[in-house]
Amino acid sequence: MQVSVSVSEENAEQEPPAQQVSAFLERRREQIAQRWADAALFRTVFTVSRDEAVEAGRSVAAALAAVAAAGRLDDIRASGFAAVRDQLGRMAASRGRMGIDADGLADEVAALREPVTDLLRAEFPDPCAPEAQECVLALTVLMGTLRLVVLETTVSAGEEVIARQREQLHEVATPVIKLWESTVAVPLIGTLDSARSQVVMESLLDAIVAERARFAILDITGVPTVDSLVAQHLMKTVAAARLMGAECIVSGIRPAIAQTIVQLGIDLGTVLTRASLADALAYALSRQGVEIAPLRAADAGAR
Amino acid sequence: MRASRHAAPASLPIGSDADLAWVRQQVRQAAAELGFGLVQQTKLVTAASELARNTLVHGGGGHVEITPLDAGPSPGLRLAFVDAGPGIRDLDQAMTDGYTSGGGLGLGMSGAKRLVQEFEVDSRPGEGTRVTVTSWATVVPPTRPGS
Amino acid sequence: MTGPSGNGPFGGPGFTVPVLRLGDILLVTLQGELHDGMAEQLQQDITDRIAHTRVTGVVIDISGVDIVDSFLGRVLAEIAAGAGLLAARTVLAGMRPAVAITLVELGLTLPGLRTALDVERAMELLTAGERQAEGSP
Repeated sequence: MQVSVSVSEENAEQEPPAQQVSAFLERRREQIAQRWADAALFRTVFTVSRDEAVEAGRSVAAALAAVAAAGRLDDIRASGFAAVRDQLGRMAASRGRMGIDADGLADEVAALREPVTDLLRAEFPDPCAPEAQECVLALTVLMGTLRLVVLETTVSAGEEVIARQREQLHEVATPVIKLWESTVAVPLIGTLDSARSQVVMESLLDAIVAERARFAILDITGVPTVDSLVAQHLMKTVAAARLMGAECIVSGIRPAIAQTIVQLGIDLGTVLTRASLADALAYALSRQGVEIAPLRAADAGAR
Repeated sequence: MRASRHAAPASLPIGSDADLAWVRQQVRQAAAELGFGLVQQTKLVTAASELARNTLVHGGGGHVEITPLDAGPSPGLRLAFVDAGPGIRDLDQAMTDGYTSGGGLGLGMSGAKRLVQEFEVDSRPGEGTRVTVTSWATVVPPTRPGS
Repeated sequence: MTGPSGNGPFGGPGFTVPVLRLGDILLVTLQGELHDGMAEQLQQDITDRIAHTRVTGVVIDISGVDIVDSFLGRVLAEIAAGAGLLAARTVLAGMRPAVAITLVELGLTLPGLRTALDVERAMELLTAGERQAEGSP
């Protein structure tokens, strides 16, 4: 009877491993940070100052302590990770730019485990005691979760970069060119999706205002296919330009595309079309009373 | 995870021409504050104008609830137009281009739908109509590589 | 051009829509918020004015308007149609890009309406049209 009571008291005194790990991470934060500062992950990012690397190590250790304290060792959504996500994201992004892939980064995060585990083992008089083993296991799980968090952050940082590049591509890929007084053109190259069509429409209409254009040419020579959605976007652009007082000409409809348009039963109806950009420009010029004629034969021959 | 943060919806009455103008101004201001681009602002304000006019003309007046949504990856604006009017008897017909019961061009409902990303109508004959629309600002991530 | 004459207030109470007569052309400048009632009043006023002054052209400058919904769109189309019945041609000038995109998306392309980039171009369009009309047999 007496014995069983003392056992239960002992159990009550002994904290769960997660709490012990949390306390350890708090207690030894400085030593952990010092050791991590020399690990590849921190060393290669914070090349200028070791103090920065140590500081980064401290904040990661603090975040891990918070996660462990909450008992959510294997939860990558644990709120404690939010504090390091931002920092890790920046580190991962800077590594990403240096050409290190996600696998390499994950290996470097994995390398953080050994120094901290060594420190934890040293806390126990007998590193092989069951209590010590449980704590090491808890820490190992926690470090594994950190690795997942880093991987996830890297991937989402990559997605952000892709989204940003796509956005930049939209801007870059739709230059509006002034061809002549009152005449602007957009040479479209590549596939027209909904987002890009929107950008094309907006930049063309803005250019009409900026250049006081009477004629706007949409050249689709470089567009591989025209489906009904693309045709619809073209017609919307033409209609919007007309509302603003400019005439829109679609040029560069290749024979194959012309056939597709007919086969799909798309009615370009009111849209003014020309076979080539040159034809469209010639039309715009003639409408403005400008004529392009060869120099007189005598002059041309003299050259 | 980001904490979900919903600003309290603002409610504006729709009972007169002047109220329509006020709704347009408030919607534009809310959309601009959330970072909507000029074209997006214009589309949403125009949709709001169409729907507020429906509330006034067909619903006999009502109100609009303006709710900024800034918990998701990009901010959005939700507008709910509420009236206690006769309701819409034939919703499919009301959503058809060119259909009109009020002497307009018949583009109010169907046109407004094309100007927003989400569109929902809840109408009960004799009880009233609630039209809810949502637009999301397409936001380029502000950080640039190398910064 | 005979210069502006009769730039009296139009529209509803407390709100004015400037209307200038420049020779044979009526220049209407819409700006900012236009209440539905004012738009309808304006439509009435412009039609009366055309009938009395026998101008041959109307320019509606909407460069200061930041939204055109189906109601205002209908009013504009009806002003043009009414002017046409009175032998005056209407040009809608200065529509902003965002407004144009929105109108197209709304499904309102105003097919019967002449458009111009700004007031100057609208004037050119009307005077050129007159010359053409005089020149034709």
